[in-house]
Amino acid sequence: MPFKQYMKRAWPLYVMIVPGIVFVLLFRYYPMYGVVIAFQDFSPAKGFANSPWIGWENFEFLFSLPEFGRIFGNTLIIAVSKIVLDQIGAIILAILLNEARHILFRRSIQTMIYLPHFLSWIVLGGILLDILSVGGILNQALKQFGIQPQLFLGSNDWFRGTVIMSGFWKSVGFSTIVYLAALTAINPVLHEAAAIDGAGRFRRIWHITLPGIRPTIVLLAALSLGDVLQAGFEQILTLYSPAVYRTGDIIDTYVYRVGLISAQYSLAGAVGLFKSIIGFFLIVLSYWLADRFAGYRIL
Amino acid sequence: MIRDKSAFSLFFDSFNYVFLTGFAILCLLPLAHILAVSLSGRAPATGGFVSFWPIDFTLENYEEVMGSPTFVRSFLISVARVLSGTSLNIVLIILTAYPLSKTPRVFKGRTIFIWFFVFAMLFDGGLIPSFLVVRSLGLLNTLGSLILPNAVPIFSVILMMNFFRDVPKELEESALIDGASHWKVLWYIYIPLSLPAIATLTLFAAVNHWNAWFDGLIYMTDNANYPMQTFLRTVVVEYDLTNVGIDPRDLQRLSDRAIRGAQIIVATVPILVVYPFLQRYFISGIKLGAVKE
Repeated sequence: MPFKQYMKRAWPLYVMIVPGIVFVLLFRYYPMYGVVIAFQDFSPAKGFANSPWIGWENFEFLFSLPEFGRIFGNTLIIAVSKIVLDQIGAIILAILLNEARHILFRRSIQTMIYLPHFLSWIVLGGILLDILSVGGILNQALKQFGIQPQLFLGSNDWFRGTVIMSGFWKSVGFSTIVYLAALTAINPVLHEAAAIDGAGRFRRIWHITLPGIRPTIVLLAALSLGDVLQAGFEQILTLYSPAVYRTGDIIDTYVYRVGLISAQYSLAGAVGLFKSIIGFFLIVLSYWLADRFAGYRIL
Repeated sequence: MIRDKSAFSLFFDSFNYVFLTGFAILCLLPLAHILAVSLSGRAPATGGFVSFWPIDFTLENYEEVMGSPTFVRSFLISVARVLSGTSLNIVLIILTAYPLSKTPRVFKGRTIFIWFFVFAMLFDGGLIPSFLVVRSLGLLNTLGSLILPNAVPIFSVILMMNFFRDVPKELEESALIDGASHWKVLWYIYIPLSLPAIATLTLFAAVNHWNAWFDGLIYMTDNANYPMQTFLRTVVVEYDLTNVGIDPRDLQRLSDRAIRGAQIIVATVPILVVYPFLQRYFISGIKLGAVKE
């Protein structure tokens, strides 16, 4: 088809896509160019283009900092614990919900456990700071059992556990959705046949339900690989304090403090770039694995 | 339907119902506690006497919150953000997804365009460069800083695109043969057939805008411009009474425990209002993201 004739029909498609491209260029690609600050002694007055280049100096300094190993370790520990707990919890909850045949009961439970997913970390954090404080309702309840008040958010013994459990609270209900969808796809005839052959509840769950959602489990395990550096920035920024930096400071909170509170743009930019690059490869790898082992494609 | 009447099966069922009920209640208990605190008198609330039922029931805390000019202003900023930000998101999602849903034959260069968007989703320039870009564009302290950087939610574009691809091609082909332009095809065929998907993405975009607070924290250097969730942070999380642009006495008053509770509830109510609609749609929304051949 000649170009002119093609364009006569197709030109609106190009007009439509222009605004999206402009926004993405400006707010996604321009910051990608901005990662050059990691190799500069950046000053806002000179901008990305004219700040002096200093090579790997920021990275050499970064890797020599004692905080570096700490924030990297904290990020991994918190993120991986969250993923594992969330997925196992979601699988169990989805199976139990699926076993509850009463439809109205099931709906009500789902409505209740999905809700925290839709609340912000400011709302949930405000609630947690209240109920977990020394005079808060949880410590009051523990006092009834003769247990001393605990600093759930202010002590290094508790902080990670509190972050992981409160993350579980927010996410686990919503995470069941994918599994519930997979469970409804299991042919009920399989269950009936097994029941006639004398298989009890546990045997049916073990031999029919679990194998039935195995592809979904594999898929989510693969996709979760992209999240192993996502420890929950907004959550930790809301809940942490200098007292728990040792166990709770993660890459993102460190970047925020160094870059935006102390205005050491280049150092923070180097940390951020380090995370972006690893994160990019993890996501690409996770999508590749998801495609390879579960036939999942986003496009 | 299996009717398994063995003793073990009945025991399993009762355990299951009790466990799920308990778990669901546990999920909501913290919220119920804060609700009770917010409806209690200030003395019993501060003294820690309230558990799950208000003591000295009063609506005074809510009156105090709604009467605070600082709180109301931040509330209005959030409303403005949700309305403008969500509209912008939806328009851009639809406009971007429609061309991308075409085959490379109909839309030449589609492959390049799709990778342009996917790469932008996968690689993140990071917090500091993004902040510097927004600042260099002169957007600090404007509503634009809250709605423009994420004006094109790329993952939503992909969901919308996948939905558009499932629209029967025959409708479009006959319309094009009759001389309709792509504008008309989008407006009269694709949008009406995709309303459930558009509703889902609209609700999710609105919830995201309502809940967002970190961008407000970094882009609003004058704290008088804080949207509500960001303002709420200074009251319920930070207790910072030295904020620029906020009357310290007003902030002091809002930091009372019962009043803090009332503010948390006020921030939650809009979510509860749209929640039934969200629930009706999000299952179909999730399906949108499912396997594509």
